[in-house]
Parts: sequence; C-alpha cells; structure tokens
Amino acid sequence: MDGTHSRPVPTAPWPLRRIVSRTGFYVLVTLLGAFFAVPMLWLLFAPFDVQPTLAAEVPHWTLDNFRRVLENPFALASLRNSVFLAVQTMVLIVAAAALCSYALSRVRFPGRDMLLYVLLLFSAVVSGTAAMVPLFQLVNKMRLIDTYMGVVLVLSGGLLPAAIFILKDFMDTLPSSYEESAIVFGASPVQVLRDVVVPVVRPGLAVIAVWALVNVWGDFLMPFILLRSPDLQPGSVVMFNFYTEGGQANLKLISAFSFLYSIPVVAMYLFVNLRYGFRFYGGIKA
Amino acid sequence: MTERTIPTVGRRATAAFVAPAAGLIGVFLIFPALWTLYLAVTDLRLTGLAAVEPRFVGLQNFIAAVSDPKFVNSVKVTLLFVAGSLVGQVVLGFTLAWIFRGWRGVGRRLLEVLAIFAWIIPGSVVAFLWIAFLDGTSGTFNALLPGPLGDGTEWLLSYPLLSIVMFNTWRGTAFSMLLFGAALSAVPPSHLETARLSGAGTWQMLRDIVIPSIRGHVVTATLLIALWTFNLFTPYLLTRGGPNFQTDVMPVFIFREAISSGRLGYGAAISAILLAINLLLAMIYLRMVRRPP
Repeated sequence: MDGTHSRPVPTAPWPLRRIVSRTGFYVLVTLLGAFFAVPMLWLLFAPFDVQPTLAAEVPHWTLDNFRRVLENPFALASLRNSVFLAVQTMVLIVAAAALCSYALSRVRFPGRDMLLYVLLLFSAVVSGTAAMVPLFQLVNKMRLIDTYMGVVLVLSGGLLPAAIFILKDFMDTLPSSYEESAIVFGASPVQVLRDVVVPVVRPGLAVIAVWALVNVWGDFLMPFILLRSPDLQPGSVVMFNFYTEGGQANLKLISAFSFLYSIPVVAMYLFVNLRYGFRFYGGIKA
Repeated sequence: MTERTIPTVGRRATAAFVAPAAGLIGVFLIFPALWTLYLAVTDLRLTGLAAVEPRFVGLQNFIAAVSDPKFVNSVKVTLLFVAGSLVGQVVLGFTLAWIFRGWRGVGRRLLEVLAIFAWIIPGSVVAFLWIAFLDGTSGTFNALLPGPLGDGTEWLLSYPLLSIVMFNTWRGTAFSMLLFGAALSAVPPSHLETARLSGAGTWQMLRDIVIPSIRGHVVTATLLIALWTFNLFTPYLLTRGGPNFQTDVMPVFIFREAISSGRLGYGAAISAILLAINLLLAMIYLRMVRRPP
C-alpha cells in the first residue's frame, strides 16, 4: 500500500447523505454475504444431521452419516483414487514445469515471452471440453482408456502451459550469480538445478503443486469419459453417480461424502494462504 | 534484468530440460486441436464400420450441424449462458473489489473467503449444493423468498437457464473479484482524492478515473471468463442439458453426440466450431491488448 499518502478525515458529523450511504453499504454487504454463504450452509449442516433433508437447517448432531461413507464400497475407494490421480498429475506437472521454466528463464531467444503467452492463451482455448473428441480418440488409440496414465497425461498437457508461465516468474527472480559460481566450481546443469535452483524457488514449486492438486481434485470430465471401471473412478464422478443414479438420493451418504471430499481443497487453500499469502497469478486459480 | 556473462544452461541441457513439457503439450494439447479439424471432415463413429474405416465426408458434418435444430438451440443457449455469466461475474466481482478497497475488517476477509470457497470446492459438490438450494419443496432459496414468490417453484425445471447462470455467477465471481482487486490497488489513491476534492460523485469517479485505468484488466477478465464459460461442462452436473434441451450448452451437446451417441465425426465438427469461436475471442483480445504484460 501507498504509505506516504493519508486520507483526509471527514469532518462533517454524520450528515444525512452519509448515513444513507453507510446503510446502503451494509445492506449491500449483507446481501452479498448471504448470496455466497447460504448455498454453502447445507454442506456445513447436513453432514452432521440425524435426518438430513435438502434444506439447510441447524442439525440434530450426529457423526453417524460418516459411517455410511465407510460402508459404501465406492466412496472411500474413490477418495483414494482422487488422491492417486491428483498426486501423480501434480508430480508430473511440477517436474516438467520446473525443468522447462528454468531453461526458458535462462535462455533468451526472440519471441520467447510471446510464445509462452500464446501457449497460455492456447491452453485456455483448447480446453478438455473443446478437444473432447480427439482426446478421447487419442487415449483410445494409445490403449490408455480406463487407465490413470491416460487421465494423468491429458490433464498434464492441459495444465502445463499455465504452470510454466507462473513458475517462470519465480525463476526470473533468482539471481544467476548463484548458478554461475556453482558452474565455476564444476557443477553440471542438473546439479545446479537440484542444489541451487530448487531450494530457492521452493515457494513457487509449492504454489504450482497446490494449484495442480486443486485443479485435478475437482476435475470431472476427463475421468468421466476416459475411465470405465467403477472402481477406478475418482470422487468427482462417484459423487455425481450418488445423486443421479435411480431411486431416492441417499442424503446421509451424499452430504457426508461431499464434506470429506471438499476438505482437502479447503485445507490446501488455507495452507497456501497462511504459508505464502494467497497471491494472484494473472488469472490462474489458487 | 542484467545481461548474463556466463551461459548457465547449455544448448543440450536446454533441449533436455524443455523436452518433457514440450512433448506433453505437443501431444496432449496442440495435436488434439489440429486433429479435431481432421476428424471433423470424417464420418468416424465409436463403433461399427465407420469406427474402423472412417470416410472423408467433406463439409457434410458442418452442413448437418447448421440444419440441426438442436445444434442451433445449443448455440443460442450457450451464448445466453456466456453473456449472463459474464455480466454477473464482472459486475459482482467489480462490486466486491470496489467495496473491499481500503476495508481491512473481519467482514471483508469473511466475504472474500466465502467467494473463494465457492470457486475452489469441487464441481460435483457445488452442483449438488445448488440442486439442494434450488429444490422446489424443501430448498433454502424458496424458503428465503418472501410470499408467493417462493411457493414451491422448481427453479431448475421452470427457469433452468436462469438457474445455471446464477449458479455460475456464484461459482466464478472470485476470479474477477481478485483480478479487479489487484487492478484497483494499482490506481493511485491521489487521483481519487483529487477527484473527490473537486466534487466528483462516485459514479463520475468510476467512469472518469477508475474504469479507464483498469480497462486492461476488464478486458482480460472478460476474455478469460468468456473462454472458460464457453468450455464449461459443469451445467451437465446440474441439469444434464435439460429439461427439454433448455440448458444444452455446446460442451454438453458435444458430449452427448460424440461420447454418448458415438458420432465422433459430428462431435468433432461441433468441437471445431467451438474452437473457432474461442480462437476468434482470443484474437480479438490479443488485438486489444497488443502487448503481453
């Protein structure tokens, strides 16, 4: 913030106009708060209610609903599957993006920044949805339908441009004198990267890792079309099946599962926020 | 930045470092985009003879699309969905960023975190939250509406498009809120003070000082929200395109034609149209900003 500037203190003692505008402000804030909070209340109350309905009501407390999750054959397995998918994709993205952004940060060629920028825009244009058919066909031809490998590769390809874009910013701030002295002492590029660069840009790697985890954790479409076996499905697809399969929706199971399935992203957001401060990278989530 | 005296990464190391990312992006991002164009001019199907030996059919898929009332409907629905979400997210995001300016209280923090949670909680969960929220008989939305307004209206059945626009505004506003927040903090406070002291009202100040100086951010937010919304599959989780195709946005249309019905060639043609729209938006954007940040 601009510390040299101070606002003039209003001297008039609450003229009518000011009271009206203050009141308007509080009404607006309350309405906005309600708009964002009320749809979320159900997620907070229903999982702990003895008899959850679709309404958000203060619950008659119980933890019994979580037993439904343990008893359901797909619920816990799907959370484990989500962890597998998210962690594998995250590792691939962080490794590939770290190598690539480091090299791009240290090598100059005409149009480098423009290339990265166009690639970033391209990854927003060619999303999984717009390229659904060729991605399905590609994974099909590679005989990777119904494997995590297929989903991991497709998601990595789509997320990498943004990951490289963010990480290059971190790499650019690293003074090259560190690496130069390492090289003078005979370190190889891989040693420089491992022993000099990675320790310094660790916050950047953490940001990319969390961002990738959050994105993959919630992704629905790719596992939905690329995986076939019910026991391989991640939480997003299993959750969808819980409320669309025929018969009465099991609200005890759905609410408790939603709660468990949401905890990791909320926890990761809080972690990043406390540890590094939630910063904003040119329009990229988390 | 200073010029480097010693090249810290040699040519071969550079190639080796860039290769994995370039390979993944090339195979799973760029190639599929190009392949869409090829598949779009074939009659490829998921099963049967046309799955083994797809024929070249020229523009037949595109001609079929234009004369398919369901496709025309899908384009209309998509445009309305994108326009509605865009207005909702930009206006709400700006409003939040504007009232957050200079406000450092608990209330601000709480509102901000709520908007961010709406944005990061998994799509399948928020979709169900809104199914519950908008339910006719026991949904909280009807319970809160005064008088006959909320009398058992099944919002997802009677006003499906409005419902998913509202849902998507709720879901995505955090992005424009954060972007505009960053933009507003870069507007010199002295400009605003000068304007205030010379008697400008809030609207005048917004119009003459704030909007012009964050114009670039508004353009960026508009483009990215438009691109994301065009490609959004989440409406499927709420309505599955229904009732009676009233929320049949293009991604859902493509999914139904290509994956559910197995008409991969036709689906690819619709994908190509969607890609063309997205590309057009991106080009307009690049012309408007001219230079990358």
